[in-house]
Amino acid sequence: MKPAPFDYIAPESVEEALAVLAEAGEDARILAGGQTLSPMLNMRLVEPAVLIDISRLPALDYIRRKNGHIEIGAAATQNALENWPELAAQAPLLAQALPHIGHFQTRNRGTVCGSLAFADPSAELPLCLALLGGEVVLQSASRQRVVKAADFQLGMLSTAREADEIISAARFPVAEAGAGYGFAEMALRHGDFALAAIAVKAGKTGVRIAIGGVADRPMVRNFPAGIEGAALDDALNDLAWDLAAADDPHATARYRRELVRRLGRKTVEEAKSCRV
Amino acid sequence: MPRLKAGEKSRISFKLNGRKVSGDAEPRLLLADFLRHEIGATGTHVGCEHGVCGACTVRLDGVAIRSCLTLAVQANGRRVDTVEGLAEEDGTLSRLQAAFRRNHALQCGFCTPGILMSLEDFLARGGEPDEGEIREMLSGHLCRCTGYSGMVRAVLEIVEEMHEEQNA
Ligand code: FES
Ligand code: FES
Repeated sequence: MKPAPFDYIAPESVEEALAVLAEAGEDARILAGGQTLSPMLNMRLVEPAVLIDISRLPALDYIRRKNGHIEIGAAATQNALENWPELAAQAPLLAQALPHIGHFQTRNRGTVCGSLAFADPSAELPLCLALLGGEVVLQSASRQRVVKAADFQLGMLSTAREADEIISAARFPVAEAGAGYGFAEMALRHGDFALAAIAVKAGKTGVRIAIGGVADRPMVRNFPAGIEGAALDDALNDLAWDLAAADDPHATARYRRELVRRLGRKTVEEAKSCRV
Repeated sequence: MPRLKAGEKSRISFKLNGRKVSGDAEPRLLLADFLRHEIGATGTHVGCEHGVCGACTVRLDGVAIRSCLTLAVQANGRRVDTVEGLAEEDGTLSRLQAAFRRNHALQCGFCTPGILMSLEDFLARGGEPDEGEIREMLSGHLCRCTGYSGMVRAVLEIVEEMHEEQNA
């Protein structure tokens, strides 16, 4: 339960971090909040040769509005976002989802971008990014590219990030005028991994739903704006089967399908009721 | 900071409960182990070493964090506060500690140091947390003895006291 030896560097600039990463590639790990990486190091699930600590780089520690997005730098913590004064107005979905992420004590350190980088299928932030159609900014020593959520998360713990890139920022679209948002999840204890997590946007032109914790990544569907009653139940039932849930030690596939149906319906209705 | 080599120790110094402490750590040494084994500050406990139990919670620059998920080198030059810093020099308990005692909020005490440090940060943020919010915050800690009712009572008592002081 102690990490294997590694070199440690706390670079003084993003450029320096990227240069070290360019050289070390797959042998390096980026350390931001460390709320996922540190347990993996402690359990020796990963044994990097070098840790590049970006947690204290001021250039990456920001939350700002930019071109219709909320842009969150790689060093910004989940807690910083939770306490961002504009959150409830600009991103009601994130305001609802954030309290479900781990605990007060881990959100104090865990970063938004770190959660996206880890790409756990049941994690809340990748789910929100998928629902809102956000994007991540990937930066290496030689290039920068912007990747849409749908093209970023490729599967269980797997993303489009190359070994020489860091996620320098995540961009969540700001709330759409008139749209309502809903979020709900079921976990065995508060802060545990979600058995199913559901995010919904009920807009003027359609209802968009994303499901986490069931398939190998967040899955997104679009329903017609007016969907309700039996048609909504049928659509959720189809979606529940399409996710191809599997039994695991925490819940059966059947239970997860039931969560998609019931929690799905509740969350869609809640989002619609928030529509203005 | 230059690159610290695996297996090589470097000198780490920080303010622990207001006093400067120093010790040697290789990069992989956890802050929890540095506190306990290098400094001898064994008030901070270690339960799970993967961020789940909360026993190791300390304040880093005022913020409640898991010291088992933080490297000692990351604390260099910063401020660390642990349970040892709560009571007065003469042993007088802090307000929070006294409320814990009054409300039987601890039994074996293994989980208590972490919970106290979390609460110190939580309460310092102001507002008037209600029972639901207090329980949600406590969900980041595991207590195998007492359950959480006494702790919730202790915190509610303090929130009430703080409210009265503000309005006095
Ligand atoms: S020992 Fe750190 S959370 Fe359990
Ligand atoms: S008092 Fe014994 S574990 Fe909490």
